[in-house]
Amino acid sequence: MAETDGQNELSHRQLAKCPTGITGMDEITGGGLPRGRPTLVCGGAGCGKTLLSMEFVVRGAVNYGEPGVFMSFEETSEELAKNVASMGFDLADLEKQKLLALDFVYIERHEIEETGEYDLEGLFIRLGHAIDSVGAKRVVLDTVEALFAGFPNELILRSELRRLFRWLKDKGVTTLITGERGEGTLTRHGIEEYVSDAVLLLDHRVVDQIATRRLRFIKYRGSVHGTDEYPFLIDESGFSILPVTSLTLDHAVTSERVSTGIPRLDGMLGGQGYYRGSSLLISGTAGSGKTSLAAYFADAACRRGERCLYLAFEESQNQIIRNMRSIGLDLEPWVKQGLLKFHAARSTLYGLEMHLAMIHKLANDFQPATVIMDPITNLSIVASLNEVKSVLMRLVDFFKNRQITILFTNLTHSGELEATTLGVSSLMDTWLLLLSVESSGERNRVFHLLKSRGMAHSNQMREFIITDKGIDLVDVYLGPGGVFTGAARLQQKAQEKGAALATQEELERRRRVLDRKRQIMEAQVAALQAEISAEEEELQALQDKSKLQQKTAGEERERLALARQADSPEFKEGE
Amino acid sequence: MPKEKDYELRLYVAGMTPKCLAAFTNLKKICEEHLEGRYSIQVIDLLENPKLAQGDQILAIPTLVRKLPEPVRKIIGDLSNTEKVLVGLDLRERI
Repeated sequence: MAETDGQNELSHRQLAKCPTGITGMDEITGGGLPRGRPTLVCGGAGCGKTLLSMEFVVRGAVNYGEPGVFMSFEETSEELAKNVASMGFDLADLEKQKLLALDFVYIERHEIEETGEYDLEGLFIRLGHAIDSVGAKRVVLDTVEALFAGFPNELILRSELRRLFRWLKDKGVTTLITGERGEGTLTRHGIEEYVSDAVLLLDHRVVDQIATRRLRFIKYRGSVHGTDEYPFLIDESGFSILPVTSLTLDHAVTSERVSTGIPRLDGMLGGQGYYRGSSLLISGTAGSGKTSLAAYFADAACRRGERCLYLAFEESQNQIIRNMRSIGLDLEPWVKQGLLKFHAARSTLYGLEMHLAMIHKLANDFQPATVIMDPITNLSIVASLNEVKSVLMRLVDFFKNRQITILFTNLTHSGELEATTLGVSSLMDTWLLLLSVESSGERNRVFHLLKSRGMAHSNQMREFIITDKGIDLVDVYLGPGGVFTGAARLQQKAQEKGAALATQEELERRRRVLDRKRQIMEAQVAALQAEISAEEEELQALQDKSKLQQKTAGEERERLALARQADSPEFKEGE
Repeated sequence: MPKEKDYELRLYVAGMTPKCLAAFTNLKKICEEHLEGRYSIQVIDLLENPKLAQGDQILAIPTLVRKLPEPVRKIIGDLSNTEKVLVGLDLRERI
């Protein structure tokens, strides 16, 4: 209990924030601008100060029910209303609803003559009246520095400005003060010294003929805030600021697996495909089939009934659809069903930040489950590699946070095959490499799975075959002679088939030889046995003969004895 | 006669501050001296009528506005510098 009390106390003591409602702004400031305090917005001409402050007031009124006062020193109420009407802000209507008070302060130096002492109580009264008339919580002074043109007595002016900001703080209104950037100073007349709570710098830079808008919080007292330069975009829906990197790497992950659309590839990815919300990279040399593979991913996503956003930097929608038809993949029905959305734009159309902002916007509007960027390599035309890398990092974070699968294709050049030109491979969860291998007078596509985080995956090379029926992954021929693909693979197959046939024949020949040998041997055995039995018969005959002879000889002796009157055999013993 | 009241002046003040009182006294004096019978002064206290500040684009207090004759002129301050007030009211040539 004591602990929670302590925390409550701490959060009470922390700075209260006033949400701006501007896309991205509240994220980088941890909730908005300091509530009840003035914030200075400075920047050069045309960098969007007025628009930012107008959006702050309008969003406050519309989204948060906090009425606001917009005191303009430069543009009349009509001009302001016209300028922001294109963004869908109806100032007249808000004024009618008592959610907004516009006050145009007109200062014409040569109409004013100074005689003696004065103060700016009139400004206070006007502002106070405007605040009271709508019960304003938000105030914009755009740009208060115009006062310096109207009142020559800087001493009075400076002390009055100091009093004004104090007074606004006491009123507890959240104030935005704009100021034109001076040389070497944040504002031309150094009003930053009166606004000590938060200073926001807007910048509009042109690098290599491409303009990029950025903003940075120079100061934000009493609060943690992103100190980087954040690119921002002004379009028909107002400001959008892109956090450069997510402050934390804590996006939720899912273990749901989704199919790539190519069964063999799913098989290589542990049999189930890739993880939903992961980042995939297909890199490969020119013409190695990156777009075709990407189109399969898109097709598979649409088949599951998910939305897929296809950002094409090289080909138009119709071209991709036509080309994919030639490999038996019809994407058009998905486009018609609203599941597949193409956004084709040359990378040089606008700066990198604008691309990033555009992608954010498209993703927010379309809510896809899969985003394909084909190819990211082209982005390096408009920015340095480091910038591209940081943008891609932000994109990966952005999509991962939303559990959107992102597929990049990347063109590599032979010689640096395993190094992506942009050095983004470390950001990727799954990396597929397509190579074009030249052998025996032809080029064949070879497919590798270089990495795939968090799953058992195949380390085998596959031949990547694109036919008019689609993509197929085929085992390459591995043999003592190396890896064979294409015609060489077929040739090798034929050779092996021939060799197998030859072996078969040899085998049969050997078998026949053996059979013959066996037959001969058996014949020999039979002959020998016959010989033996013949000898046995002879032996028997001899034995019989000898027995007969003995018998005949005995009988003959007896007859002879009888004939010689010999004793009977009984007395013979006694002789 | 309309010509007599051809100077229509408005003095914007915010409460009875010393500066505002001084301005009113100074104005009265200058007008009596230079525009006797040809002027009208309307004093507007913005504390009572804050809405009126917008119409004449009042920021500084006190501010004297010459509504007539045209063109509209504004003089800010407590009107202590008589010469400047006269220049501002086009009663004296700018030097």
